[in-house]
Amino acid sequence: MSKAMFKMTTAFADVMPAEYVELVQSGPFGQGYGVADLGSFKELIEEHPLCAGCGLALAVRLIMASLPTPEDTVVVGSTGCSSLAFPQIALQNIHSLFGNQNAVASGLKRALKLRFPDKHKDVLVVAGDGATADIGLDMVMHSWSRGEKLATIMLDNEAYANTGGQESGMSPEGCVLYMAPTGKKFKKIALPEIARESGCAYVASVTPVQPRKLEKAVRRAILVAREVGPTYVQIFVPCPTNFKFKPQETLAKAKQREKDQTYPLREFITPEAQAYLAALEGGGKHD
Amino acid sequence: MPEQKVVAPEFMFTEAAREEQFITGSEAVREAVRRANVDMAVSYPITPQSESMHLVGDIYAEGYVKDYYRGENEFAVMCSVAGAAMGGVRVFTATGGPGTMRALEMFPTWVGARLPIVCAFFTRGINSPLTIQPDTIEMAHLLDTGMIMLHAEDAQDLYDMILKAFIIAEQTEVHIPVGVFADGFFVTHTRDKVRVAPADIKLPPYKPYSAPVPVMDMENVPFRQMRDPFVMKSNYVSYAAHASWQQEVLAAAERARPFIRQYLGGLVEVENEQADILVLAGGTAVCQSREAIAMAREEGIEAGLIKIKSLRPFPGEELRALTAKAKAVIVPEFNRVGWLSRELRNVVQNPDRVVPGPRVFGGMTMPPDLILAEIRRYARE
Repeated sequence: MSKAMFKMTTAFADVMPAEYVELVQSGPFGQGYGVADLGSFKELIEEHPLCAGCGLALAVRLIMASLPTPEDTVVVGSTGCSSLAFPQIALQNIHSLFGNQNAVASGLKRALKLRFPDKHKDVLVVAGDGATADIGLDMVMHSWSRGEKLATIMLDNEAYANTGGQESGMSPEGCVLYMAPTGKKFKKIALPEIARESGCAYVASVTPVQPRKLEKAVRRAILVAREVGPTYVQIFVPCPTNFKFKPQETLAKAKQREKDQTYPLREFITPEAQAYLAALEGGGKHD
Repeated sequence: MPEQKVVAPEFMFTEAAREEQFITGSEAVREAVRRANVDMAVSYPITPQSESMHLVGDIYAEGYVKDYYRGENEFAVMCSVAGAAMGGVRVFTATGGPGTMRALEMFPTWVGARLPIVCAFFTRGINSPLTIQPDTIEMAHLLDTGMIMLHAEDAQDLYDMILKAFIIAEQTEVHIPVGVFADGFFVTHTRDKVRVAPADIKLPPYKPYSAPVPVMDMENVPFRQMRDPFVMKSNYVSYAAHASWQQEVLAAAERARPFIRQYLGGLVEVENEQADILVLAGGTAVCQSREAIAMAREEGIEAGLIKIKSLRPFPGEELRALTAKAKAVIVPEFNRVGWLSRELRNVVQNPDRVVPGPRVFGGMTMPPDLILAEIRRYARE
């Protein structure tokens, strides 16, 4: 977008909502900010209605601070906890239906390519584990197989959190949840491996415990999706509400899972994506 | 990319010299899309629609459509064209029967998102045991999705309605999807004379910023949708927001009426409407009715024809006026439930005059004799 688009009519400045004024005055558009700059600029996410200690809310905050060019990023979301936060994010974003995010994003990305052939318009898919690995899996995998230039991020809280904590395909085996009253009978879906085998040029699984690592994965996913092919980042976002732990324990839970390898951190990069990233990152550039 | 000159819609629809081609309904779809300046089409195979979207693929290969691919299922196709429309391009797709049902969740979503998608529906039975035969029952399921619904009688209608649908859908005050319906096989697979405009002209391109909602491209404001999402809130503001938007969407379809009149010459077409026996039909039931009326005339019985072209918005006022003096309105239909007669009964005075039938289903053609028998019955009364 043109930076001139993000401004206020001076006469209305005193009646504009405070967070909008702040966004115009010190927002991240065109600034190249990253996670390290948090606290020094107005973030894209405004107050959100998610629960205290929500790992997903933290991840969304970090994702929004990691975008290489927020001024040219459109987000496609899906039904779930994250869909409650996205209307308050200062990026154009789509919530269509439950599970159809990668199909919507495929159409959107192609449309933006037709309309802006000389510009990178990043289409970022951000959806939960139910939307990505269960109800939307066919559309997720087909977007990868078709080589759609999308970055897909799963916010993995290992349950259908927004509907009260039901089992999802991403819940750990044995976990007792609604609809799994005697414990989940099958393993967590190996979506990073599926992504790697389905044509993703870059795949990572991360947690918000290490914000810089999360930022790196998100940036790499978006950059690789511009030129090389589809990408996938899976972020573990513990849910205190449904897994019944204290809100202040969210990061400790994620840390524990990293440590005991029950949520292994991984990164798969194809040689082509590796070469592309080396050229970008070697030059010390963000984008 | 073939050279095509952009012309005003009015020129394309009325002034341009037309050439007569002997083509199938599916080929008529291809010829409409060829001239419609479509940016993107997404396809999925389903009988009897497949051929139409193969043919759209062929003209993509020739350069008439800028992007095209086969989606993974009908629901995903409807989602992808929605994403493309939100990104500000003109899109086309088609489906039919079970495909329509598979994709059903998306149709009200298109409307709520104010997307001017044009989708052709080639109707087919949706019952079990599986059938691929023609039947218009799927239209009953779509009557309240909020989309505009036009019903083509033949390949000529299909060609004209698809082209005009883009212009009607894209009016700022309308800006909702248009479904163009044709009876599967009867229209898609039979050859007919179709008069088409020259292939070297096309409609003006879609103007994305004419949309009444923001285009999802980060090139137009607002960037943030709302301060307090009301999606799941149980409070008055939330109810009022949803209710007013639903009313606005209904109003958008109402605002399409003048454009349907302008481009299609009305929501209905009538022949011999002074007769006291009328036949009301849509789709291929219209040709069968026309045949039956001609047979009746040979017997000295006068009957009139109302061809319904727009089901949504529904021509309630037109039908009330047209049927005011009729003693019977016969409604032949290609489905077992008789949704068109139900619609008619809701708007006319003395609904007992509505004759709900004859009906055929399961793939049968409608023998004009069945309609003639009804005409005779009411002529005797």
